[in-house]
Amino acid sequence: MQIEEKFEPTIVAFCCNWCSYAGADLSGTNRLQYPANVKIIRVPCSCRVNPMFILRAFQRGADGVILCGCHPGDCHYTTGNYYARRRMTLLFSMLDFLGIERERTRVEWVSAAEGAKFAATMNDFVATVTRLGKNRRLEDLRCKK
Amino acid sequence: MQKVIREKAIELLRSGKVDRVLGWKEGEFFYDQTPHLFLSPEEVERTFVYNGFSGANLSKYLVKEGLKEGVVAVFLKPCDTYSFSQLLKEHRIARDKIWAVGIPCEGKLDIELLRKMGIRGIKTIEEKGDELLVSTIYGEKTVAKKDVLAERCANCKSRKHVLYDELLGEEGEVLDSARFDQIEKLEQMTSEERFAFWQNELSRCIRCNACRNVCPACTCEKCVFDNADSGIASKAPASSFEEQNFHIIRAFHVVGRCTDCGECSRVCPQGIPLHLINRKFIKDINAFYGAYQAGENPDERAPLTNYSTEDMEPGDVFKKGE
Ligand code: SF4
Ligand code: SF4
Ligand code: SF4
Ligand code: FES
Repeated sequence: MQIEEKFEPTIVAFCCNWCSYAGADLSGTNRLQYPANVKIIRVPCSCRVNPMFILRAFQRGADGVILCGCHPGDCHYTTGNYYARRRMTLLFSMLDFLGIERERTRVEWVSAAEGAKFAATMNDFVATVTRLGKNRRLEDLRCKK
Repeated sequence: MQKVIREKAIELLRSGKVDRVLGWKEGEFFYDQTPHLFLSPEEVERTFVYNGFSGANLSKYLVKEGLKEGVVAVFLKPCDTYSFSQLLKEHRIARDKIWAVGIPCEGKLDIELLRKMGIRGIKTIEEKGDELLVSTIYGEKTVAKKDVLAERCANCKSRKHVLYDELLGEEGEVLDSARFDQIEKLEQMTSEERFAFWQNELSRCIRCNACRNVCPACTCEKCVFDNADSGIASKAPASSFEEQNFHIIRAFHVVGRCTDCGECSRVCPQGIPLHLINRKFIKDINAFYGAYQAGENPDERAPLTNYSTEDMEPGDVFKKGE
């Protein structure tokens, strides 16, 4: 009998303090399930996330990185997520241009009341990244086999 | 043109209008010119050159020159004035200490392209209109200039200066450049193909930092790629993260500020087409947030320090073409 080892991806989720982190909390209080693969990093605002944080997470072994923040217009600091949105758009497009799988990065706006959305998003994201398998490309970008 | 520029440099120095002149002089080989600070008219007379190999963008040196006493004159090609204007916008240059002389440019040459044609033992190159007279140790050869133009010049975006204090020669025009064609070609590949392409290119990088050192957008006093603990500043990598992702990180640091001057690709000893990464950002910005070219308009707000409530969602970039 052959036992197939199931691939468990490491997912890093940057969540802004005011909406998405609270959303994650709510999904916990409501006992909604989402996989333990998701490691949440709390940030003051989605705008705090320098695109380099995302690269760094990948380089340190993440297989997928997701950024969650307040819905556009609802940022606690009024405009933070608008700036974050531009940065992430350009970063995602660049990663795609370099040949990194597009499904490994995601941005999702989750409010403090959207506990269910948080859990659903994470379930979906973990499933997607599991399908993709281990992140190799970003680590190997400069190592030719 | 060299004669006119030399005369201008000498005149500026003699009249006391400027104390120093930034220009080019021959390096070890005639096609390997180096930026140089000329201090006397005699020095200009002896060593100042301007021809198809005066490719270096001198604007970055103005950051340091502006900190010194006195005025420095600088000769700027049209594309160099983009960088100059961008640096002024970023408050990196003391404007009153600079005398900027705009000079025309007919496109710069890439010696590697001649070598690829199998032309060896090059002694001199003479520009004759659209043709180049190459004399080698094996005899003379004539080649079309357009075949030896540096990539950035073949796809030049403008022969018109953004700003200057005085202009030598005729002002050129903004060109209809095909600079995004190569990007489009890459975009049409599959993700696997693109990855293979970049892995092949980037794996050749020897981390010499030349691209950063030459880039007029890279003027940080303290760069993330300098490792203060190494004892040999700017050589030993600060971390494996930085080593692995060097090109993406640097490209992101200059996004919205890169003037597409092409210096990074010109100096890369490994021939890595770095401009493609930065140009992809420019193309994206144009497509997502409206036409913007750093250095073009000093009053325009940079795309990453700006936003609109109507901006597209990051996930939307993957929807195109599906
Ligand atoms: S990144 Fe390259 S093309 Fe852009 S400004 Fe710097 S040297 Fe010039
Ligand atoms: S790589 Fe980044 S930190 Fe270094 S000089 Fe360029 S912009 Fe500055
Ligand atoms: S100039 Fe070329 S080889 Fe040197 S660090 Fe830049 S990309 Fe690497
Ligand atoms: S505080 Fe939530 S995105 Fe700014």
